[in-house]
Amino acid sequence: MEQQADTTKIGMWLFLATEVLLFGGLFVGFGLMQSRYPQEFIEAHEHLQRPLGALNTIVLLISSWTMVMAVLSSKRADRKKTVMFLLLTILCACIFLGVKYFEYSHKFEEGLLPGHWYKAQVTDTVHTAAGTLSHGYATFFSFYFMMTGLHGIHILVGIILLAWITVRANRGEFSSAYFTPVDLIGLYWHLVDMIWIYLFPLYYLIK
Amino acid sequence: MANTIASHSHIGDRPRPAVNYLNAQKGLWSWMTTVDHKRIGVMYLVGVLSAFFIGGMFALMVRLSLLTPSHMLFGRVLMTAETYNRVFTLHGAIMVFLFIIPSVPAALGNFVLPLMLGAKDVAFPRLNLASFYLWCTGAAMAIASMIIGAVDTGWTFYTPYSTTTQGTVGLMVMAVFILGFSSIFTGINFVATVHKLRAPGMGWFDMPLFVWGIYSTAIIQVLATPVLGITLVLLLLERVFNIGIFDPKIGGDPVLFQHFFWFYSHPAVYIMILPGMAIISELIPTFSRKTMFGYRAVAYSSVSLALVSFIVWGHHMFVAGQSQLATVIFSALTFLVAIPSGVKMFNWLGTMYKGNISLETPMLYAISFLLLFAIGGLTGIFLGTLSVDVHLTDTYFVVAHFHYVMMGGTVIAFVGGIHYWWPKMTGRMYNEFWGRIACVLVFIGFNVTFFTQFIMGSLGMPRRYYNYLPQYAPYHMVSTIGSWILATGFFITAAYLLASLRKPMDAPDNPWGGTTLEWQTSSPPIEHNFEDQPVLQRAPYDYRPEPVGHK
Amino acid sequence: MLPPQGSAFAGEVDNVYMGLFWLSVVLFLGIAFAAIYFAWRFRYKPGRVTPHQTHNTTLEIAWSVGPLILCVGIFFWGLNGWMKYVVAPGEAMEVQVTAKQWLWTFEYPDGSRTVNELHVPVNKAVRFIMTSEDVLHDFFVPDMRVKHDIVPGRYTEVWFTPTVLGLHHVTCAEYCGKGHSDMTAKLVVDTPEDFQKFVETGGTEWEDYKTNPAAWGKLQWERKGCSTCHSIDGSRTANGGPSWKGIWGKMEKLNNGQTVLVDPDYVLESMMQPQAKIVAGFEPIMPTFQGLLRPHEIQGIMAFIKSLGNDPNGGPPAPTVLSLPPKPAPATEQK
Repeated sequence: MEQQADTTKIGMWLFLATEVLLFGGLFVGFGLMQSRYPQEFIEAHEHLQRPLGALNTIVLLISSWTMVMAVLSSKRADRKKTVMFLLLTILCACIFLGVKYFEYSHKFEEGLLPGHWYKAQVTDTVHTAAGTLSHGYATFFSFYFMMTGLHGIHILVGIILLAWITVRANRGEFSSAYFTPVDLIGLYWHLVDMIWIYLFPLYYLIK
Repeated sequence: MANTIASHSHIGDRPRPAVNYLNAQKGLWSWMTTVDHKRIGVMYLVGVLSAFFIGGMFALMVRLSLLTPSHMLFGRVLMTAETYNRVFTLHGAIMVFLFIIPSVPAALGNFVLPLMLGAKDVAFPRLNLASFYLWCTGAAMAIASMIIGAVDTGWTFYTPYSTTTQGTVGLMVMAVFILGFSSIFTGINFVATVHKLRAPGMGWFDMPLFVWGIYSTAIIQVLATPVLGITLVLLLLERVFNIGIFDPKIGGDPVLFQHFFWFYSHPAVYIMILPGMAIISELIPTFSRKTMFGYRAVAYSSVSLALVSFIVWGHHMFVAGQSQLATVIFSALTFLVAIPSGVKMFNWLGTMYKGNISLETPMLYAISFLLLFAIGGLTGIFLGTLSVDVHLTDTYFVVAHFHYVMMGGTVIAFVGGIHYWWPKMTGRMYNEFWGRIACVLVFIGFNVTFFTQFIMGSLGMPRRYYNYLPQYAPYHMVSTIGSWILATGFFITAAYLLASLRKPMDAPDNPWGGTTLEWQTSSPPIEHNFEDQPVLQRAPYDYRPEPVGHK
Repeated sequence: MLPPQGSAFAGEVDNVYMGLFWLSVVLFLGIAFAAIYFAWRFRYKPGRVTPHQTHNTTLEIAWSVGPLILCVGIFFWGLNGWMKYVVAPGEAMEVQVTAKQWLWTFEYPDGSRTVNELHVPVNKAVRFIMTSEDVLHDFFVPDMRVKHDIVPGRYTEVWFTPTVLGLHHVTCAEYCGKGHSDMTAKLVVDTPEDFQKFVETGGTEWEDYKTNPAAWGKLQWERKGCSTCHSIDGSRTANGGPSWKGIWGKMEKLNNGQTVLVDPDYVLESMMQPQAKIVAGFEPIMPTFQGLLRPHEIQGIMAFIKSLGNDPNGGPPAPTVLSLPPKPAPATEQK
């Protein structure tokens, strides 16, 4: 049993490594584009709603805490507490996605969209030699949507996984002898949180 | 008819069990829902060999079009430039993504690795099956992309051509993305298996070198493939939504794509060669009946190749427009990565020295590997050398180099491994006479096809060319004729291997006298691999007549 | 196994190549000999016991360190040659190279331009400033041992000093689509006098065709990129333009419903302002050849098209002799 738990943990860590490299590529791409369009990126990021981003950061941090508590409770075979903490984690995740919805709607209204859908803003000052608006603004929002979108998909998948183990916890399946699924999904959830911890300052707080 | 020279080991000879992994459960559904690593390995083998056949057919078409500058055969033009461009793209994409990357790990590795570790199965059997179905899905999508439309970008998908050309690039890119996940899952499975499922008594340095090779490969699969994944997603988004990352007309950088692409694709070529080397490390000690010379050096070289492979990607881009400093650094690091491969070569030769060598088909393939990989590796030195690379890159010299290492290396080792483990997998011995004939034909055909390409490339013949200047015509003709000899060798191989399946099972447990654990069980193995959990009592490759009982 | 050496540093590149070649021969023969000799000398004998040689530390260190030192040496040897390739001398003549699918345009310091034909004076360094109008291309001159990708959206550079007079070729070495293997340009290394003449008049070759303009026109059809899009046998080229067969003197239908007579004026306009009139059923994708064709080349093309007509004697007249326009009189000083 212990060999199995250890083995699946190795499997999960390896999977998390692949996630780090997946997002890593996007972080590198963002960094390169930022050095190519420094002024545009600074101006573009002013349109991001920092209070909402900060709220989401706090929400995710809370969800990581509730996740840790859920793992502990499942290890103690405390069915009620496990279910409660898992539901709280799911609630936080849903709040996160809800806030994201508001952020995205705002972007759509203002025309802050990727690629050729980007609508020039009054605050955009950088132009190309030919006189057209620099591509840097559209590029910023391309990356913004790609990275927050990919992250959002991971949150959604996380919600589904959390719902699944909530059902199993409710059936009383977890105890100190077997709490691996909660443990592993906890690891996944912490990674998703960590990625946001890097995303938030990168996008919302660059100077 | 059975091989007389090799079966002189008495370890594990016993009556053949009536029930084995092939007949324990019957029916198509039992195969489609199996979690038995051996069945999954067999299904993968059928899949990748089918992909090899399709990719090979495309290769023959490419060479046929290049037979003469007029592209004519029997008075008719064989194909237009557009068709040619699609054919060479599909040849590359199928061979790289559908065949060679999964080949050794998924087909042979799946079958043999748990047996070598004395385990019942891999760490995550259901993940294994999922990996296979992902391969099937990717394969189906790739084939669909060929039938619905076509891809003409080259297997490297360089931008901005790939983000603006017509054709089913999106579908092919999605297929490769899915195949990437198949590869990642296999990698996760093998790393966990090697860490946790070794037999009692088997420490890290008691594992067979095949396992070290597959393990090192798995590390690369886990770490490198996600970067390909994100690169393909970016390519797709650029094509569909014009996000402006690779196309300069909308603010992007084409060279950025190349950095992203090669960051995966260089380690990928080590995903291709490490398993091939891993097989050779099994074949040579077994057929030399001598312990592996420098076991630890070979084990360490596998891991170090895996790690160093991540820091040399820029050597594909010396003339692409990367910075001069980067170019110099990548060249220096590339020379570093040459050393572990050389070390292995010397260790293999050291193993043969004073051995007791028989030349059955697997050993003939192993010796072919030594010669062909030597040429492939040495020509890599040419390409890592900056002043010479400027002249040689993007010519047929590169085409010849990578075929020598991928085909002369990995494919030769793969075919050698198929022959070596054929009795274990199928319970039958193949026809040794035809095996040796086919090996010689493959060796000769391969060299005729590809050695001429070194010369052509040095003379300035660029790659991916439909038309060519008349001065290259004799070389192209020779190369095409070589491809026919090569194909004949492979067709003969397929024929006698398939023919062997119609015989009743005649293979002993250990036809070659191997010392690794897979030879301790029946040919073919029972469903759960071993009747009792094997406990390791001697090191692998220990051919001393009196087992001393220590490692 | 190497092309003729056409540039000042070709010799050095070839020295490194041949050095590596002989090194590889020696190493390969060593490995092959060992493998084959061992397979024979230690062939199977039943009952023979093999020695249990697990390792030999000294030997293993030797064959790790030895190749490492060799590799370091080779690295510096290659670096040395490459440093020369990378840095162009200050007094090099600059040629602007524009690559597009699927032809080469070269612009010389005096502003004159050529298509698919590059002239350089011998023994003088030439520096190429290159960009692409569409996808990646690559400027490869085998005889000069130079190569560099041409990237859209930026400029890349390559240089050499040609040392051998005569004909060489430039070939695209980065896959760029359908016409990738047709994207070859002539490189002519001239004496300084010939080079001067070339830039003014487009060389001396045309004089051989003074009385056979249609043949000269056919050469332009092949060399200037016309053949990529216009066939001469009536067939339609994908993504191309109308075939030239049988069009001279025809009333061609345009995409706006009007018709036009195919005569010298129309042909000239099609070359200089290709978007002015589009034949019905074709796309407006022809690039302009303003500044890229010399008068005698235009004359030849007209004569060639006429020769493809249905009736060789009918239709509007086309040039029958090639000539250069008279040189303008030197400007007199204004008071």
